[in-house]
Amino acid sequence: MSDGTPKVAATGAAAARNRVGLTRADYDGAKSTLCPGCGHNAITAAIIQAAYEVGLQPHEVAKLSGIGCSSKTPAYFLGHSHGFNAVHGRMPSIATGVRVANHKLMLIGISGDGDTASIGLGQFCHLVRRNVPVVYIIENNGVYGLTKGQFSATADVGSTTKGGSVNELMPIDCCAIAIELGCGFVARSFSGDQKQLRPLLKAAFAHRGTAVLDVISPCVTFADHEGSSKSYAYVKEHDAPLHDIEYVPYYEDITVEYEPGTTREVQMPDGSHIYLKKLAEDYDPTSRERALQMIHEARAEQKLVTGLLYAEPTLKPFEEELSLVEAPLATLPLEQVRPPKSVLEAVMEQLKTGKGMTAPAGGG
Amino acid sequence: METIVNDFSIQVATVNGSGSQTANTVLLRALFQMGIPVSGKNLFPSNIAGLPTWFTIRASKDGYIARRKENDILVVMNPETAADDVAAMGPGGVIVLNESIKVPTIPDDRIVYRVPMTKLMEPITTDVKLRRLVVNMLYVGVLGELLGLAEDEVERALDAQLGRKPKALALNHAAVRAGWEYAHANFEKRHPFRAARMNATQGKILIDGNAAGALGALFGGVTVVTWYPITPSSSLVESLIGYLERFRRDPATGKATFAVVQAEDEISAIGMVLGAGWAGARAMTSTSGPGLSLMAEFTGYGYYAEIPAVIWDIQRVGPSTGLPTRTMQGDVQFAHTASHGDTKHPVLLPSSVRDCYEFGVKAFDLAERLQTPVFVLSDLDLGMNNWMSEPFPYPDEPWDRGKVLSDNELASLPKFERYRDVDGDGIPFRTLPGTKDPKGVYFTRGSGHNEAAQYTEKPDDYRRGMDRLAKKFETARDLMPPPVIEDQGRRLGVIAYGSTHWAVVEARDQLRQESGIETDYLLLKALPFSDAVAAFVARHERIYVVEQNRDAQMAGLLKMEYPEHAARFRSVLHYDGLPVDARSVSGPIAAEETMATPAGMPEVARR
Repeated sequence: MSDGTPKVAATGAAAARNRVGLTRADYDGAKSTLCPGCGHNAITAAIIQAAYEVGLQPHEVAKLSGIGCSSKTPAYFLGHSHGFNAVHGRMPSIATGVRVANHKLMLIGISGDGDTASIGLGQFCHLVRRNVPVVYIIENNGVYGLTKGQFSATADVGSTTKGGSVNELMPIDCCAIAIELGCGFVARSFSGDQKQLRPLLKAAFAHRGTAVLDVISPCVTFADHEGSSKSYAYVKEHDAPLHDIEYVPYYEDITVEYEPGTTREVQMPDGSHIYLKKLAEDYDPTSRERALQMIHEARAEQKLVTGLLYAEPTLKPFEEELSLVEAPLATLPLEQVRPPKSVLEAVMEQLKTGKGMTAPAGGG
Repeated sequence: METIVNDFSIQVATVNGSGSQTANTVLLRALFQMGIPVSGKNLFPSNIAGLPTWFTIRASKDGYIARRKENDILVVMNPETAADDVAAMGPGGVIVLNESIKVPTIPDDRIVYRVPMTKLMEPITTDVKLRRLVVNMLYVGVLGELLGLAEDEVERALDAQLGRKPKALALNHAAVRAGWEYAHANFEKRHPFRAARMNATQGKILIDGNAAGALGALFGGVTVVTWYPITPSSSLVESLIGYLERFRRDPATGKATFAVVQAEDEISAIGMVLGAGWAGARAMTSTSGPGLSLMAEFTGYGYYAEIPAVIWDIQRVGPSTGLPTRTMQGDVQFAHTASHGDTKHPVLLPSSVRDCYEFGVKAFDLAERLQTPVFVLSDLDLGMNNWMSEPFPYPDEPWDRGKVLSDNELASLPKFERYRDVDGDGIPFRTLPGTKDPKGVYFTRGSGHNEAAQYTEKPDDYRRGMDRLAKKFETARDLMPPPVIEDQGRRLGVIAYGSTHWAVVEARDQLRQESGIETDYLLLKALPFSDAVAAFVARHERIYVVEQNRDAQMAGLLKMEYPEHAARFRSVLHYDGLPVDARSVSGPIAAEETMATPAGMPEVARR
């Protein structure tokens, strides 16, 4: 059983190629300039590996981000895809514009906890509300790294900065918000758990709406101390996976059989499958109520519950709501977007007689 | 008493939300259909219903369509403002008074027509709510009789407004009739104003600037429209939605060749435009001052990362929330340099509804050619009021999508660098996401970047990039629509832009006819200034810059651009929230020129 094509060491003379004929190196980006050991680098590696294994076409992908350490990372993966490093907290609006202009592009959006939960909370909420297809990855470390260690809005109550100040404010849980706003794919993971993160990413790539992945990603420089609830050691100790996750893409045969009652299955619209093998409890990721309840329980018990929290893969994506023509708007020829002369003449005729003319709004 | 034909202004003082809009539109269109040049201005409050509102209609045989400060005829429908409204009328003023409204004693030299409106409404309908709406048609009938409007044109105008609602139409016709007959039977006409058919509006259209801008966007091939509602800009997008739904959605399949997204705020609206523009769509948003303030950061991004975007700003009165339903030209400097750092944007300055339409098309060509956000600066007066115009011409050019490399073109190139000035015009080539050739891929960022779009903080790299952007701005000078110049070698010049134009046209005639002051004129159509502006400035001894803001914003830009001529500029400023009128322009110029050229100087010195 694999969660994609078999992994092959790319050291031989002829590097292994995936189903679209590309090597793993074709998914690399520039060298990371983040701190050595940064959790974000592990997420970058997971994206590269997942994209390689499912065989994404780099030219069909656009990478987007906001501002912050996390938002630098799109430069470090998928070097053959166009990238857009936006302004702080506003990647969702860029993503929405790109998607309506060209709904054939797959969007990978990288954000951080400051970028999403503080300055960008409004845009995040409205992206989710519109169900714009974006794989939205929050690289969450509870701290502002690039400005050197201030709390972000996802820092837990009682967590401390490196300097010793204590956070007293309730954290914002981006997964809970996403579920509340009707998101059809919500997962939480840990940058140190590649085995969980990769299949989640692959499943998110196959999702037709907004997919939110809140990935706890320790900041080795400003939040790896005792007292930080997002340090590597703390997260490792409190990580409580809901299930073991296997992802079987649509182009692979399902070869594994599970014992009845041990596994839940989520089918994606493209025919891919997510298998969730139960661990402590038989968690149902299709129940919004259970997902929200679980998040509240986990907070009370100070557990970091990871896995696929909620899935509703059949929701209508934004472009269907807009009822767009099949060809991307960005590619339409002039004849399709400039009505003929007769249309202008008919409108002018109306404006001569006043027929069908509406009074300007706001007047008496 | 000498009659004054086709040269008068009417002000209707009423209450917001009382349904007077239809009545006023009928009056406006009836005059228009009689062939008389007209303009109508709605001076309305920031309110849905209940606050005072005024509608002014000007008929001008000479074709002047700016607001007139003085009103010849007042219709009093609002008890709350009645005393002030009446007091504002000078000797000889005509007052049509709803009899049930109490006003202080009116001096004898005003001409008052008292209409028992409550009584006249009684036989028309018993429905109290309807009475309140339809009562406005009474003054249409009264004015019809008093001014001698053509009855068939009034009927036609009313049909056009309400033709789809037969019940309402019948009631309104009855009210017009009642007013007309009452005035005919009871009033001896003691005023000089009359309307008579002429032939100055044949073939012309009446349209507001926002609808005209929407038509421009439609024929400009817009595909992505994002917006956040704000007065006075909302009606542009609402008109556009109407046109797009009619003409750009396949009735058979329901599929659209456009996307309209109502954003959560203006930041998001401009973000979506930049995202869509980056991906290759023709994208636009429309806003007003407060929204523009929110868009500032992203417009700077668009400038630096070089992404096409079209931003309409229908200017209203600032600062801050200001007077949301009043007009101003207050965003000129801000729009031109919106965002921090050395940012500057091309700005289109429409002065007519036809400009709104043509710039609506052209803004996309400019944005894509220059790969930068382009502003279209309209204002509330131009955007929300109805203006006469020749019908708009169909675009005679195909579109200009700018320097976009396709996969085929990339294949023949040894390499691609996103920000390399290959042609020497400061405009680099771009590729769109979806490009297959990995050579064409690049990473867009608002942080420092070199020609290859790589991150850099190197002093030389940064400076080179900024110098190229400056060069691109020089290229823009020649691509923007040129100013309209009337230059007959006079000493005095006038510079104006936007909706101020119409007051200037009239003011120049007043100056010539009343004071013998001849002026040359330059109507700006865009920023940055072209060489023609430089030449005009250099050739005139004194130049009056007329604009609707307190701080002389355009004069400031001119002085910055031409410091050697800074002493030549004088400002004529109008900033009370109402559209500028000709007297407010000719008055200050005549006063200053009389001082500068004392009486007794030879006539030649005054020319």
